[in-house]
Amino acid sequence: MPTIVVEVMPKAELLDPQGKAVAGALSRLGKGAFTDVRIGKRFEVTVEGEVTEAVLADVRELADDMFSNSVIEDVVSITVADDATTTR
Amino acid sequence: MRVGVVTFPGSLDDRDAQRAVRLAGGEPVALWHGDHDLKGVEAIILPGGFSYGDYLRAGAIASFSPIMADVVDAANAGMPVLGICNGFQMLAEARLVPGAHTRNAHQQFIRRDQRLVVENARTDWTNGFTEGQEITIPLKNADGRFIADAETVKRIEGEGQVAFRYVGVNPNGSMDDIAGVTNARGNVVGLMPHPEHAVEEGFGPDTPAAMSSGVDGLTFFTSVLERALAK
Repeated sequence: MPTIVVEVMPKAELLDPQGKAVAGALSRLGKGAFTDVRIGKRFEVTVEGEVTEAVLADVRELADDMFSNSVIEDVVSITVADDATTTR
Repeated sequence: MRVGVVTFPGSLDDRDAQRAVRLAGGEPVALWHGDHDLKGVEAIILPGGFSYGDYLRAGAIASFSPIMADVVDAANAGMPVLGICNGFQMLAEARLVPGAHTRNAHQQFIRRDQRLVVENARTDWTNGFTEGQEITIPLKNADGRFIADAETVKRIEGEGQVAFRYVGVNPNGSMDDIAGVTNARGNVVGLMPHPEHAVEEGFGPDTPAAMSSGVDGLTFFTSVLERALAK
């Protein structure tokens, strides 16, 4: 069954405490070349049947209304895993 | 007055909110997240806790519960709704109040008796206070950092929608020290601290007068009861 992948990131201008904690660990490990880490979310949505334009429209709506909160996050990509076609 | 308290999977302080309503002189009514039934209540409390384990975003999955459709309709029709901590996060996710919440800036869970200043004493839940009054309310959260875009912050500051502000310590990195907000109409109020934990002497936060004697939270619940009587 096809899988649609939705990726959500905290808005660039907002503090990402998780990413900051990991960046701190990198610097303590001597990996100072990596100056910043930001952590987002990846949703893998399995679909029964074909990925039609209507299904994609549904996922786009869910991505905006449920998977992300536009006050603090951006939907950065929606792709169909099988052919990795960018649809957004 | 019948005041509904909604229980979600992972609610923790629903019974405490019911007790606060009772101590204030109201009749608490237990409501269930999976129902479409507000049981004829005249006000609603969304209690604290960790609904759905804070998965996705704090309050996000609960904000899609069946009963939330009814809560949103009632709120838009003017019914008083109070969101406490996780309930505040639900109100923000449901877009009943402005803003959103993220992990505390210091990345840790925090529990403290928190000083607040009342910025708006005209809402259904704050009219028993006076503006500028300082109160102490217990606070306990991990995702309490209030965030909104600059334009929204400017608007809510200008229109008196900041209901409470942290005093002394900003416990989570919230913008403008914002601890609680209201909608434009003043019937929906959300805040991170827990007024239901400061309603009975012997079980509240410490005050200069005596240990555990703080009851500043009771005024939230008496405010909504008294406003209903005045109508």
